[in-house]
Amino acid sequence: MSQLSQATQGLASIPALLNRNVAQFGDKPAYREKEFGIWQSWTWAEAAEEIEALALGFLELGVAEGDFIAIIGRNRPYFYWTMVAAQMVGAIPVPVYQDSAAEEMAYVLGHCGAKYVVAEDQEQVDKVIDVQDQLTEFDQMIYLDPRGMRKYDHSKLHQFSALQDQGRSAKDKHSADIQARVDALTYDSTCVMLYTSGTTGKPKGVVLSNRNIIESAKNACEFDKLGADEEILAYLPMAWVGDFIFSIGQAYWSGFCTNCPESAETMMTDLREIGPTYYFAPPRVFENQLTNVMIRMEDAGQLKRWLFKRFMAHAKKVGGQILDGGDVSASDRLMYALGNALVYGPLKDTLGFGRVRVGYTAGEAIGPEIFEFYRSLGINLKQLYGQTEASVFITLQPDGEVRADTVGVPAPDVEIKIDDKGEIFYRSPGVFVEYYKNADSTASTKDGEGWVATGDAGFFEENTGHLRIIDRAKDVGQMADGAMFAPKYVENKLKFYPDILEAVLFGSGRDRCVAFINIDLTAVGNWAERNNIAYASYQELAGHPRVLDTIQQHVETVNKSVAEDPMLSGCQIHRFLVLHKELDADDGEMTRTRKVRRAIVADKFKDLVDALYDGSAEVSTTTEVTYEDGRKGAISATLSLRDAAVVPTAAHKVAAE
Amino acid sequence: MLDHSESYVTEDGRTIGGVVMEMKNITLRFGGVVAIKDISFDIREGEIRAIIGPNGAGKSSMLNVISGFYNPQEGDVYYKGALRPPMKPYQVARLGIARTFQNIALFEGMTVLDNIMTGRLNHMKAGLFAQALWKGKAEAEEVANREVVEKIIDFLEIQSIRKTPVGRLPYGLKKRVELARALAAEPSILLLDEPMAGMNVEEKEDMSRFILDVNDEFGTTIALIEHDMGVVMDLSDRVVVMDYGKKIGDGTPDEVRNNQAVIDAYLGVSHD
Repeated sequence: MSQLSQATQGLASIPALLNRNVAQFGDKPAYREKEFGIWQSWTWAEAAEEIEALALGFLELGVAEGDFIAIIGRNRPYFYWTMVAAQMVGAIPVPVYQDSAAEEMAYVLGHCGAKYVVAEDQEQVDKVIDVQDQLTEFDQMIYLDPRGMRKYDHSKLHQFSALQDQGRSAKDKHSADIQARVDALTYDSTCVMLYTSGTTGKPKGVVLSNRNIIESAKNACEFDKLGADEEILAYLPMAWVGDFIFSIGQAYWSGFCTNCPESAETMMTDLREIGPTYYFAPPRVFENQLTNVMIRMEDAGQLKRWLFKRFMAHAKKVGGQILDGGDVSASDRLMYALGNALVYGPLKDTLGFGRVRVGYTAGEAIGPEIFEFYRSLGINLKQLYGQTEASVFITLQPDGEVRADTVGVPAPDVEIKIDDKGEIFYRSPGVFVEYYKNADSTASTKDGEGWVATGDAGFFEENTGHLRIIDRAKDVGQMADGAMFAPKYVENKLKFYPDILEAVLFGSGRDRCVAFINIDLTAVGNWAERNNIAYASYQELAGHPRVLDTIQQHVETVNKSVAEDPMLSGCQIHRFLVLHKELDADDGEMTRTRKVRRAIVADKFKDLVDALYDGSAEVSTTTEVTYEDGRKGAISATLSLRDAAVVPTAAHKVAAE
Repeated sequence: MLDHSESYVTEDGRTIGGVVMEMKNITLRFGGVVAIKDISFDIREGEIRAIIGPNGAGKSSMLNVISGFYNPQEGDVYYKGALRPPMKPYQVARLGIARTFQNIALFEGMTVLDNIMTGRLNHMKAGLFAQALWKGKAEAEEVANREVVEKIIDFLEIQSIRKTPVGRLPYGLKKRVELARALAAEPSILLLDEPMAGMNVEEKEDMSRFILDVNDEFGTTIALIEHDMGVVMDLSDRVVVMDYGKKIGDGTPDEVRNNQAVIDAYLGVSHD
């Protein structure tokens, strides 16, 4: 493997990359964060000084090599520094989802045996204090924001800046030690440990080495020709592998700048101000942005609405082809250029996508209609297929070969094979080392030759060599008559409607499909306002007959579209209901990365699923909910169940044979 | 009753100093109506002091006396040990007393940022001409003031509405902007007139948190009027209870809670 290390010029750790960046791009901004209304920035040289000060502070605290340091907070430069400082002293950074409830946090902190926790503010500190009795290894905590912290017992608590100051004044004492620890880092040292979001079961700690991260980042940077002048906005959870690869892996490999928003609520404004050139978002973000655009267009004047409709129709026709360098007539190009001046340009600018050169969506399948919408505006949005266990990249779409229904070709250095059951396996330099303290899961996921099972089913298209994912292998099932049941496919069609935030399809092993729908409060609330519909709560709005009428129309339109695909026409929705609460990660119905946990939803709302199948017109139910602070409550509701028209299809039977 | 004549440290570790403002035998009349009758109490440095009472008890009138909006017919107001002569509200503001209003008094057409900047008025010294040209001192001054305002925006977590016109905000946020504007004056005493009125439970919890944090972080003395007894008892160090213009109780929340006159006033006993 030493020749691989040569491939990255002997740069075998993130601290080594930091040193190189200081030498090469010392005066270039490495981090920006908006604070007090102004973008504050740190050059690579300044960032390196901050990181070193913290690393020295860690030594003052007594951090030993191999210790785990948990990081709980939103995307801020300080936490990225913490990860690199931890690596410098030979410790292992473990970013944790900051919106986790205290018990979830207790599981992760307990499982890795984190000795140190770096937390953002009082809220996070309180959560850790709440569960510290369950944590045997936990020793010291560092907090960033001193607000409200003055009264706390500081025997085991340290302020971030104070620790850095301690580090700076102890520089002479520790500098040899730091140097030795940095020098000891190899390609095989652990770079980071990330917990999977866990659509099923408890989160697993994925151990990723420097080789995994650096090789993957390097390959992906070369694939998309990312250079030192890219700008990215870091806003996705730090505990998620994507953020680690983009904001640490690729940022350190290429030397580009990581921008942190002022707060979660200002993200859209900050996105617009920064105008990233490289952008990444899960489908949910694109769905939300599209919903916002549609709502604002509903509120716009007639001329604007007409312009928008007229030019979006044109963009839909030719926009994607122009982006892919396809054959488009001169008059269509002229029309598109006009549209760009009047509609697409301003819209892209408002969305913050004015400068995006490379944009990716991944995490789960994006609805083709949503995907095409952004492509038609001229935004180079592409899909990739990845996993935490692969250090993200398994397949990527090359420029000019972008389609909504494939996830692209194998990323550089990635080998892929598909077994006879259709499950996808891959092998690459990015393949994880192990699941921490879980040899059984490691063995069942990764074989002796390094092949990793993805749990997804898919196939390569023969003429293009692109991989197509059918669905999560676990989710794809068969209906009672043997027809294929692919829930995601139908759900994505539903989610294209701004009114629908989330949908869950049931039908595996049954004779027909039924669905749960979550309405989007912003979109439907706006519609209600315009139509003078009064409502007091989410629940009331979700149960409003006129809302149900609208959703029913959407469902029936989707049925028509589903019926067109002979393989999947059995997945038409026969009955549906609109849920009385939003599916929520706090209630365990979704992962922290906002993927639906099907099994849990099916189990929790079993009475509702049964009612959809037994033909009743109404059902009363009580659901337990968890508030943000962890307290529990219950909401009860009477939901009306609706029948939706389905398209009778002979193809259904054919597929079954 | 506890002896509060000397400075002391509360259970949660805050230091409460000496008396900063003292009301002595205040009586306020509107024509024949006696709104406040012979009331005396004090406010100590660094404490959260609540004024409570049923509707029409004279709480807002009392706050208006403190803020200098009303001048009482009888009685004296002492501020930092000296007798405060009758003053105009803007003069009182210059002494370092800022307030919020029960019915929100913001400039609806202006952005949140501009509204909060108006709170810095007493900290702007540049002349009209310099301000209009935005040269020299005026520019430096605005930058310095903006910095103070941005810190308050950060503190109250309203970054996302910085540039939003106040008229478009929901009620709970308007209340928070009003608090921000009062804080922008960097007051030594902050008067809050029903800061939680009309809020839902979650908004009340947020606002309580902010009030406690303001007191804790900036050491601001706070006097507040509030209807919600639960909130008052949780927040305050000491409580004055008024009923029909008279003071019927004064002390820590526990003392007040067990005071028979207070219980009667709230549960309704016929008045003689």
